[in-house]
Amino acid sequence: MTPVWIHQSRDAALLALRRLVVAPVNTLLSVLAIGVALALPAGGQLLLGNAIQLARNSAPTPQISVFMQLDADKRAAHDVEVHLKDHPGVKAFRFIPREDTLARMRASEGLADVIDALPKNPFPDAFAIVPTDPRPSEMEQLAEELRHVPRVDQVELDSDWVRRLNALLRIGRSGVVLLGLLLSVGLVAITFNTIRLQIMTSRAEIEVSRLLGATDTFVRRPFEYFGIFLGLAGGIVALLIVAGTGWWFRQPVSELVRLYSIDFSLRPLSLFDSAVVLLSAAGLGWIGAGLSLRQHLTDE
Amino acid sequence: MIRFDHACKRYPPGFDALSDLSFEVAAGELVTLAGHSGAGKSTLLKLIAAIERPTSGAVLVHGQNVGSLKRTAIPYLRRNLGVVFQDQKLLFDRNAFDNVMLPLTISGFPPTEARRRVQAALDKVGLLDRQKAMPIMLSGGEQQRLAIARAVVGRPNLLLADEPTAHLDHETASDVARIFGDFNAVGVTVLIATYDAGLFPQARRLVLDHGRLQ
Repeated sequence: MTPVWIHQSRDAALLALRRLVVAPVNTLLSVLAIGVALALPAGGQLLLGNAIQLARNSAPTPQISVFMQLDADKRAAHDVEVHLKDHPGVKAFRFIPREDTLARMRASEGLADVIDALPKNPFPDAFAIVPTDPRPSEMEQLAEELRHVPRVDQVELDSDWVRRLNALLRIGRSGVVLLGLLLSVGLVAITFNTIRLQIMTSRAEIEVSRLLGATDTFVRRPFEYFGIFLGLAGGIVALLIVAGTGWWFRQPVSELVRLYSIDFSLRPLSLFDSAVVLLSAAGLGWIGAGLSLRQHLTDE
Repeated sequence: MIRFDHACKRYPPGFDALSDLSFEVAAGELVTLAGHSGAGKSTLLKLIAAIERPTSGAVLVHGQNVGSLKRTAIPYLRRNLGVVFQDQKLLFDRNAFDNVMLPLTISGFPPTEARRRVQAALDKVGLLDRQKAMPIMLSGGEQQRLAIARAVVGRPNLLLADEPTAHLDHETASDVARIFGDFNAVGVTVLIATYDAGLFPQARRLVLDHGRLQ
């Protein structure tokens, strides 16, 4: 024989569903409000996830760029090459002659005219270096050392922009968290109010149930399920909104990244993130219900 | 079964609904509680069902002091009582069957057994063929019988009724009175507040006057 609480939980869940269905307009409006509120942080998470992916794709290994002085000749470049070959901190390097750079730039759209107008090649000889140790501090040390090599004009850490991007992404993540927290409060407020209306319309039923020996748990349970279902439905709406938005942007984004020749496609929200959205929606609905019950169900 | 021991109920600002009330109802008795309107009949029933608490004195049901019961213990007391309320308190959003089902759902009866019991209770009050009807479609007498079915479906050994025959014509009232008599005949203790104690000739009579027993 199944235990009592299973029947009662099932009955309470069914009752909650019936209450949701009985007032379809109210339910729909609450669910939409919750869905839109949750779609913002969920969408933020989607953007963030894609930005991180993009950052990883575009910066596979950190590099150091060494630029020679403009008037340095090929011999000077050769000296640097010899220096780099023996350097333990250099894993690999590539020499980029100034002529190649000029040719590549000329091939770029719209730049040919500009470059032809220049009196002489504005690009220096350069080296692209892959360091043995990619940690930022080690790279910084290597770069500092290379700055002192004769005839070297400038040394740039390609990890700089990765670091800047990471800092930006951290801000983005904080933003998503903040947005999530704020809108969670909104979600709790929505369920709080919806449950308040539910309690008011169910006054007779609550009163009679209590007179017939219903415990507080029995009275509360359907409302708690109500809050959970409302939150879950809102969470599903939020995921649909995010998926729909992603689908809407897929085409224009793929055109954009093709122009930048980046290997990237817009990824949907991960399974984990979707689960987090649904679980927190249900949890917040439950909390909203709990608060509302405490406020509106204290009297006998 | 029921014992009042110098029980008083005072409502603010200082109206004594019941004063120094002491009496006993033994198991298996049928007792009517008569008295003018406002004599305290409803208050007395409410004290037994722990809907109100006595201001002083004790109210014992099954030897348990109802007045000092913890809030969380009250539901379990009520499950062992059948109460027919003055205003019936039927739920108008569900049919007769579901109204009678409610107490069993609350006490967590297995559904199959519960359905059987609901039908037995409806049959007992002559409403089996009306089980699908909404309360609004029932006549006054039928609504009253429905309220009785809901009160007895949990098979309580104590049945309280507050003016169960008010607003009924004489014939219907006798019908309802006979149902209470039937329950008493199978051993249920019955306490009925009524203006018309003549409907229950076999009952022991208590008469309240301004909150005191005569």
